[in-house]
Amino acid sequence: MKMNRRSFLQLTALAGGGLALGLYRSPLARAQRPGAPPDFTPQTFIHIAPDGATTIMARASESGQGMRNMLPMLIAEELDVDWKDVRVQQAELNEKIYGRQFSGGSGNTPLGWEPMRRVGAAGRQLLIAAAAQTWSVAEGECTTAHGRVLHAASGRSASYGELAAKAAALPAPPLDKVKLKDPKEYRIIGHSQAGVDTHGIVTGKPLFGIDVTLPGMLYASIEKAPVFAGKVKSANTEEVAKLAGVRHVLVIDGGITPAAYTPWEPGMEPGIAIVADTWWQAQAARRRLKVEWDLGPAATQSSEGFRKRAAELLEAPPAKTLRKYGDVDAALKSAAKVVEATYEYPFIAHVTLEPQGATAHWKDGKLEMWSTSTLPEDGRGLVARTLGIAPDDITTHMVRAGGSFGRRLQNDYLVEAAWIAKRVDAPVKLLWSREDDIVHDPFRPGGTAGLKGGVDAQGKLTAWRHHLVSFGDDKQMTSGGGIGRDSYPAGFPPAYAIYTSAQPLMLRTGAQRAPGDNAYCWVAQSFLDELAFAAGRDPLEFQLELLSNKLAPWSAGEKDPVGDHEPSGQDVLIPERFKGVLELVAEKSGWAKRRKEPGRGMGIAAWFCHRGYFAEVADVTVNEESQVTVNQVWAAGDVGSQIINPAAAESMGQGGIMEGLGHMAQEITLVDGRIEQSNFHNHPLMRMRQAPKIEVYWRKTDYSPTGLGEPTLPPILPAVTNAIFAATGKRIRTLPLKRSGFSWA
Amino acid sequence: MVLKLKVNHAVMTVDVSPDTPLLWVLRDVLDLKGAKYGCGIGRCGACTVLLDGRAVRSCMTEVGEVGESAITTIEGLSPDGLHPVQMAWEALDVPQCGYCQAGQILAATALLEKTPHPTDAEIDAAMSGNICRCGTYTRIRQAIHEAAAAGATARNQ
Repeated sequence: MKMNRRSFLQLTALAGGGLALGLYRSPLARAQRPGAPPDFTPQTFIHIAPDGATTIMARASESGQGMRNMLPMLIAEELDVDWKDVRVQQAELNEKIYGRQFSGGSGNTPLGWEPMRRVGAAGRQLLIAAAAQTWSVAEGECTTAHGRVLHAASGRSASYGELAAKAAALPAPPLDKVKLKDPKEYRIIGHSQAGVDTHGIVTGKPLFGIDVTLPGMLYASIEKAPVFAGKVKSANTEEVAKLAGVRHVLVIDGGITPAAYTPWEPGMEPGIAIVADTWWQAQAARRRLKVEWDLGPAATQSSEGFRKRAAELLEAPPAKTLRKYGDVDAALKSAAKVVEATYEYPFIAHVTLEPQGATAHWKDGKLEMWSTSTLPEDGRGLVARTLGIAPDDITTHMVRAGGSFGRRLQNDYLVEAAWIAKRVDAPVKLLWSREDDIVHDPFRPGGTAGLKGGVDAQGKLTAWRHHLVSFGDDKQMTSGGGIGRDSYPAGFPPAYAIYTSAQPLMLRTGAQRAPGDNAYCWVAQSFLDELAFAAGRDPLEFQLELLSNKLAPWSAGEKDPVGDHEPSGQDVLIPERFKGVLELVAEKSGWAKRRKEPGRGMGIAAWFCHRGYFAEVADVTVNEESQVTVNQVWAAGDVGSQIINPAAAESMGQGGIMEGLGHMAQEITLVDGRIEQSNFHNHPLMRMRQAPKIEVYWRKTDYSPTGLGEPTLPPILPAVTNAIFAATGKRIRTLPLKRSGFSWA
Repeated sequence: MVLKLKVNHAVMTVDVSPDTPLLWVLRDVLDLKGAKYGCGIGRCGACTVLLDGRAVRSCMTEVGEVGESAITTIEGLSPDGLHPVQMAWEALDVPQCGYCQAGQILAATALLEKTPHPTDAEIDAAMSGNICRCGTYTRIRQAIHEAAAAGATARNQ
């Protein structure tokens, strides 16, 4: 879009700079280090045309979380325009102008809440100043409403469009000085606004990465080894190059050295790229490839081997102590009852419905990319390093993605498209097949957890020992495989220890929606349910009591027994909020009066992650064939003082729950380094007939709003397995369900 | 091979191998990007189009087999989005990522054509071939009921 700078208000403001995203447990703790120098980069978010047409730039990538609504809504609210008059435009990648442009870690709400509103308020203040000057009145006498500045005393008013040119010539006020609305005045925030792309979606507009079309564009598909990082030894590339529509056959040597720890972006996977006139021709040619692979060391890996090694490591002394206080061994010895259990969860794949892919065009030494990445600036840097070009020679268009769930935080497909484009004299669209997408996913890593807990004669939790065996080397866990040292219930039982051990993994792993939490919430909340049962207690009452019992809080000056880690702000679990969602979900689900009958049961679980609190209750029926139907789910969430876009927030809650249910039936397994799953028939997703009724409730609290992408998911897994226990007396300690003898109905 | 296809009320000529899946002819030859690729084996429904009003998986339909049948894609259902199913989808703001929704809308359209007032069980049966990875099933079900009600209103007027 071209703008005439003189006739438009270009709001230059300061916002959102100086932030870095960590993708793990507490991304914002590191992002908002006090004292870090702010990056005072000018921002351009608002354009007002003389006719009043208002365009607000959406800075973040969009893959279904509603970021194209949420962030512009914050600006529009404080600008004081009507949402119906706002046109939202996706910004191109330029973090110098827009600040961080990512969607990950449920971070856009907490990172955007304050700066985006201030950008809008600064715009409003400029328009007021322009009107006050025009009418020679005091700014304080002017008000705004519906995209107009009003002067009640004289009855005058002017539209923002009429004032835009004048306002554009005024100096922008400092963002920290602008006045923000009283939340009671909100007309956009807290009111459901339909997705800005919804009309385009329901009419089939080409909005997605896969839909990008350029004149003269070619299509690419890549054949990779069936084993991670396997290299091409020889192939019939000359023969395949002669097939219908095929333009190029390119051997990718790749840049990965398999090792015990596989980094987040380990380098390009080797393979053979086929570039053709259509994607189908590329695919057809791919099937004619005959490749001899050098499979390399990853071919020795198998799920059975992982399982055996995990069992050995569980028996051995743990490699690392993450946190320890009290005397766990003594507390277990003196406990009235001790419960011991081993939990095991599998690798799973992200399976975004739009498979990975990207479009790239190399021309005159410059690269143009159409990217669905949710971490596009990282992608740009990675492409620049891989291709040996300057980041400034890369332009990135941010295109809507058909889902991410953490997958598109990694940029492997983008690098591949760029690498191919640099060797081809035309724009190239790379598309992975579904099989590529599953086999070459950066998986959520599996894990095995050994738990030991003790309760005293009064039925109180006295000791908790957790040993997680996951993957990595002696220095670090693979992405998504580690556990936070403060993971719940850390700080609550009188004696507590959390340990980890790791075994090597020559496979890419990554962040899957609520990384880490999507697995160990299930472990911790299942084990708490076990302990409550052993103590003869109601699991809700047992947990509420535990939450009243914070014995090892993080507080200023406290000496941590291990290291000096001291999280702060909203990254620390606040017991009242955790309890609040448990109490709300109990009330809404009728927990206290739940029916107890054979084959039907209710389960409860809660979690705190990514600054949000969710408690969920599942009502399940289990038939004689051990098939499970989830009849209904109640969810209660606390993400602070505002639910910015309520209808979208409800949908996000329901979606997180559906995804969590999906995880319970999925697994990725390996034999001789080969992934056994390939498509939706053996890596299933939930379907309409399996979708329960899901009610989502909010507990609004006096905290700054935080994100919803992730925290809705984790509690559903233990809520369901605890419900299955209530219905059948059978405790599920191994996922997927089929490995414990259950399946979805 | 030159083939004539009836797509969205127009006759279109394509020159492709007859074993090419209809999906890729629509997307990459006719530039109709509404139907989406999700699995290539008929297991997700993202590629759903109507063939003489029936919902079919275009990724599994060879273009040479289509013959005289009328193909309706999301672009042809109603370009303005005024079909009752599209309107219900928009009113309830069904999509999250939106990638599956063209397929969902066409599957729902075929269902309502045969069963104007489906029960939840009939919706489950007709719609379980269409995966929504984001999990918007609650809204999809609501939207189908809403479209059914709107369709009934339209017929009664």
